[in-house]
Amino acid sequence: MTDAIRAEGLVKEFKGERALDGVDLTARTGAVLGVLGPNGSGKTTTVRILSTLLRPDGGHATVGGFDVVRQPHEVRRQIGLTGQYAAVDAELTGTQNLVLIARLLGFDRAQARARATELLERFELSDAGGRPAKTYSGGMRRRLDLAASLVGRPALLYLDEPTTGLDPHSRNGMWAVVRDLVSDGVTVLLTTQYLEEADQLADDIMVLDHGRVISQGTPEELKNQAGDQVLELRTVDSGQLPLATKIIEAVTSAPVHSDGLVANVPVNDVAVLPEVVRRLDEQGVAVGELSLRKPSLDEVFLALTGHSAEAPDTDDAPEGARP
Amino acid sequence: MSTVTTRPSAASSGPVPQIPQRISPLLTVQNGLQLTWRSVLKIKANPEEVFGLMLQPVMFVTLFVFVFGQAMMGDWQTYRDFLMPGIIAQSVIFATMGTGFSLSQDVEKGIFDRFRSLPIARSAPLIGAILGDLVRYAITVVMVLVVGLAIGFRPEGGVVGVLVAAALILLFAFALCWMSAFVGMLARTPMAVQSFAMILLFPLTFGSSAFVSPDDMPGWLAPIAANNPVTHVVDAMRALMLGGDVAGPVIWTLVWSVIITAVFSPLAVWAYRRRT
Repeated sequence: MTDAIRAEGLVKEFKGERALDGVDLTARTGAVLGVLGPNGSGKTTTVRILSTLLRPDGGHATVGGFDVVRQPHEVRRQIGLTGQYAAVDAELTGTQNLVLIARLLGFDRAQARARATELLERFELSDAGGRPAKTYSGGMRRRLDLAASLVGRPALLYLDEPTTGLDPHSRNGMWAVVRDLVSDGVTVLLTTQYLEEADQLADDIMVLDHGRVISQGTPEELKNQAGDQVLELRTVDSGQLPLATKIIEAVTSAPVHSDGLVANVPVNDVAVLPEVVRRLDEQGVAVGELSLRKPSLDEVFLALTGHSAEAPDTDDAPEGARP
Repeated sequence: MSTVTTRPSAASSGPVPQIPQRISPLLTVQNGLQLTWRSVLKIKANPEEVFGLMLQPVMFVTLFVFVFGQAMMGDWQTYRDFLMPGIIAQSVIFATMGTGFSLSQDVEKGIFDRFRSLPIARSAPLIGAILGDLVRYAITVVMVLVVGLAIGFRPEGGVVGVLVAAALILLFAFALCWMSAFVGMLARTPMAVQSFAMILLFPLTFGSSAFVSPDDMPGWLAPIAANNPVTHVVDAMRALMLGGDVAGPVIWTLVWSVIITAVFSPLAVWAYRRRT
């Protein structure tokens, strides 16, 4: 089986700043490749190059076997693009938006209508099909945008931060849609800032930072590096926190980070939780708050790079910041 | 290297038209017309905008005729007849900045990214925007004429004269659209387009024969105004509507329209391709 996307050494500069600094990337046909990274890491630039909207300054890439620079038309025949901002015509109705794309792709009038109806139904927009897109909620607009990128039944779909700014309900809906598409055999390249999203959807994850690939692998491999979950504890009396920290350290045998108010530690086995609670109770520690949560992108970055995703330029105190 | 992968996919089966391997001139025209349909839908979806298109000419015609009329030419009726061709031209010329404005908006909102990621002719969105705007300008022409007729304007050139005059100003507007599109693609924001266009269009229209004959302008300005392309357009329209020498100004209008289109359409396409 061939790879849907192959890119080697992609470089892109904007006004002397390197947005991409030698990115290698492979997306397997029929799989979801998650590109994970903070704002400004080069995710969108990568997508724009692979969708022929930008020319790389260096390196080369093929999509479905076609070169993105030399055969852009061939590439465009294979792809669908859903950008970071829902790129639909606000004044046009949902139906008109989809019919327009269908007509541009060579559907005749009847086919275009049918395809629009089919897609509206699929994305639960049938009732809103006759309304201008400006009356849609954020989630509906994203769905319409996604529908628009699927009109031509692309073999490869780019989703650039499809859930950024969506409420949890809309986000879950979007995830369901992506899973559906994958089961139809569509190859997906998904960019996201959320580890959880990449974990939920992607078969392979690539972590970008400052235009470089800093990690690559399955979600499992990534989480093993960053911890599956994070245990977080707050004591009623902050004076008891050092004691609590020692107890947690003894149970999890992992280094606990404490900022004086909250202690947290990566854990890979949730079975430690009752043990921690029991021992804290034995020692008379009054627990204010105890929770298990997914590690944030920041914590993944910390684990992978030693610096946080938010302040990447300061490499001064990674050790002191979090042991 | 890998092989071609053109599997149809994504949700249930159904007809998928064969996307052409190459873009023919015919396809460019087709895509352009499909995107013209989009522009026309947008006009229909925005009745407020059409209302604005209507209101401004009503205001301009009334103000100019009744405020300046008597001072200009002794009585407002004479000035009305002189002014009507000029104010039609002015209204349409000002409306051309809308082209650059809406193109710039499409870029800002990411809509052009969608078009550019589709296997369609690259210049189609530009063609669609400009042809769609011609519809808008035709509406403007009709509106100003209606106001003029309402206050007693009765062009001697008759229906034919008025129609040919309208065709001329639309042709000239088509040429200016490319300039507007070029500005729209260069400017960073839609607002910047607007302010730049104002700076360009005010002297162009007011420094012409639209409102005052260049003969009445000071010595340094008169020759500039007399050779302003807008003066040729207005003179041609005036001759067609009211009588007078038609051939000269019409030829000049055609020449200018061709020159402006020849210069700015490649520039606009170039700027459009270069943008992001």
